[in-house]
Amino acid sequence: MSWFKRKTKGITTTTNEKKDTPKGLWYKSPTGKIVDTEELEQNFYVSPEDGYHVRIGSKEYFEILFDENTFKELDADLTSKDPLKFVDTKKYPDRLKAAQDKTQLKDAVRTAVGKSKGKELVIACMDFSFIGGSMGSVVGEKIARAANYSLKNKIPLMVISKSGGARMMEAALSLMQMAKTSVKLAQLADASIPYISLCTDPTTGGTTASFAMLGDINISEPGALIGFAGPRIVRDTTGKELPEGFQTAEFLLEHGFLDFITHRKDLKNRVNLYIDLITNQPIRS
Amino acid sequence: MEYLEFELPIKELEEQLDKCEIIGKESDVDVSETCKQIEKKLIETKKEIYKNLTPWQRVMMSRHPDRPYTLDYIKALCGETFLEMHGDRNVKDDKAMIGGLGKIGDQSFMFIGQQKGFNTKTRQFRNFGMPNPEGYRKALRLMKSAEKFGIPVVTLIDTPGAYPGLEAEERGQGEAIARNILEMTRLKVPIITIIIGEGASGGALGIGVGDRVLMLENTWYSVISPESCSSILWRSWEYKEQAADALKLTATDMKKQKLVDEIVKEPIGGAHTDRQQTFSIVRDAIIKSFDELKNLSPKDLVKKRMTKYENMGVFKD
Repeated sequence: MSWFKRKTKGITTTTNEKKDTPKGLWYKSPTGKIVDTEELEQNFYVSPEDGYHVRIGSKEYFEILFDENTFKELDADLTSKDPLKFVDTKKYPDRLKAAQDKTQLKDAVRTAVGKSKGKELVIACMDFSFIGGSMGSVVGEKIARAANYSLKNKIPLMVISKSGGARMMEAALSLMQMAKTSVKLAQLADASIPYISLCTDPTTGGTTASFAMLGDINISEPGALIGFAGPRIVRDTTGKELPEGFQTAEFLLEHGFLDFITHRKDLKNRVNLYIDLITNQPIRS
Repeated sequence: MEYLEFELPIKELEEQLDKCEIIGKESDVDVSETCKQIEKKLIETKKEIYKNLTPWQRVMMSRHPDRPYTLDYIKALCGETFLEMHGDRNVKDDKAMIGGLGKIGDQSFMFIGQQKGFNTKTRQFRNFGMPNPEGYRKALRLMKSAEKFGIPVVTLIDTPGAYPGLEAEERGQGEAIARNILEMTRLKVPIITIIIGEGASGGALGIGVGDRVLMLENTWYSVISPESCSSILWRSWEYKEQAADALKLTATDMKKQKLVDEIVKEPIGGAHTDRQQTFSIVRDAIIKSFDELKNLSPKDLVKKRMTKYENMGVFKD
């Protein structure tokens, strides 16, 4: 005798008529929480379940920071060359082409000017999806030109870092972008134009060792990885297990390198609050 | 509310007054006359006690557990506009030294000060208001940032001293304080300093070189705490009251020696008895000082500040 008795007929859909749920409807955070992607989008790409800040790119940050997502992109057509004829498992031009096709981006940073809470702000935002957000000549030049725009028009500059570091395929040319961007930040500092550095997950290598750590304020998002040498390299070199929370934003705050950590939903308000305070202007509500 | 030893007559009268009021409420006896008399006596007693505080009693007042601390002042003065900033960009974020930007009215200020805790847990968290070198370096970083953007600096002093620890020495406690003092003498923006509690030695002066140095009425400021002074010179902790006398560490004494510029009156009974009034007095004092300084050119400002400190010291020629 069976415990249950089926009253209606069973599932009768034939295999070739079965439908998959479309991809991208759900997002799974690292702690295993499942979130509806639409809900995620409305929550500034932060999982409402566990507060996990999902990695996002320039498109999303511009949307969060610029009023009505309105901005003028600067130097949108700047693209990389292959000065060293670099070949690893792929030729560098092929790698660039593949990245461009995959991401619909020209390189690993986009720069733009627009209004944030009614006042102009220049933002340079890196895209990790483009060759790990690596910094080569294009990234250096675009950040330098964005800084020039800030200097010329006396507009605060914000750089959103999200990068594995300097781009190996441009070797020492990449390395010198650290110096090049620093030159521009020095000029901004001399002109007393505020520079805000937002370090997002992940900010490592040459990016950390240049513009990411040079803000009038350095800020970050909860849980972001920030460091010079990556955690794996530190572990392998020292042969030591890393302490819990090593190189997280919270770790950096404790060790004195960040001014504060902000939830993404408060980012726009807090950045503009800082700008109003440091420029001694009335606070925009 | 906690009472210090010399405040016990006040406590007694306040209890009497409470009882009297209760009797009035619960019975038909007319106590209003008695209550009035007690109240009158209470006011007189308060005046009498607080007018004649000994230096040691002032020291105790400055450490009163209910006294407002740095963040209480800043939050009351700036409200929602306060943006705390962290870190020395070197080794650590010192919880005993806090700082950040905030507005009083339309004017931005960079606030910096030592922070004490209000219970066992927060006292430990704040290291009892004793900064490490990174605290002084954080303070300097914030001052330099303020200077860069022409924002005036307000420092609030309340420390039993810089932390005398092993790591503090390794990281250069002395160097950090020295650097701050030097840089503060030549900072190109107005610096207003207020001693709101304890002003112990280099740990206080490390954020205490200012164009206007104000002392709240019930605070102390000196080269050493009376206890330590007693233990060094009398070889015993027992002589702290004499030491407090001898050090001339009260606001009145410091003003007399021209080492501070102004005394800021507290509500009768001390800053903690009426916090709101204290905050508004301090706010007015900051605004008044800033108004006197804001129109000076950076060059004049620094020159005046330097001259002021050059003239400190007493000697025979």
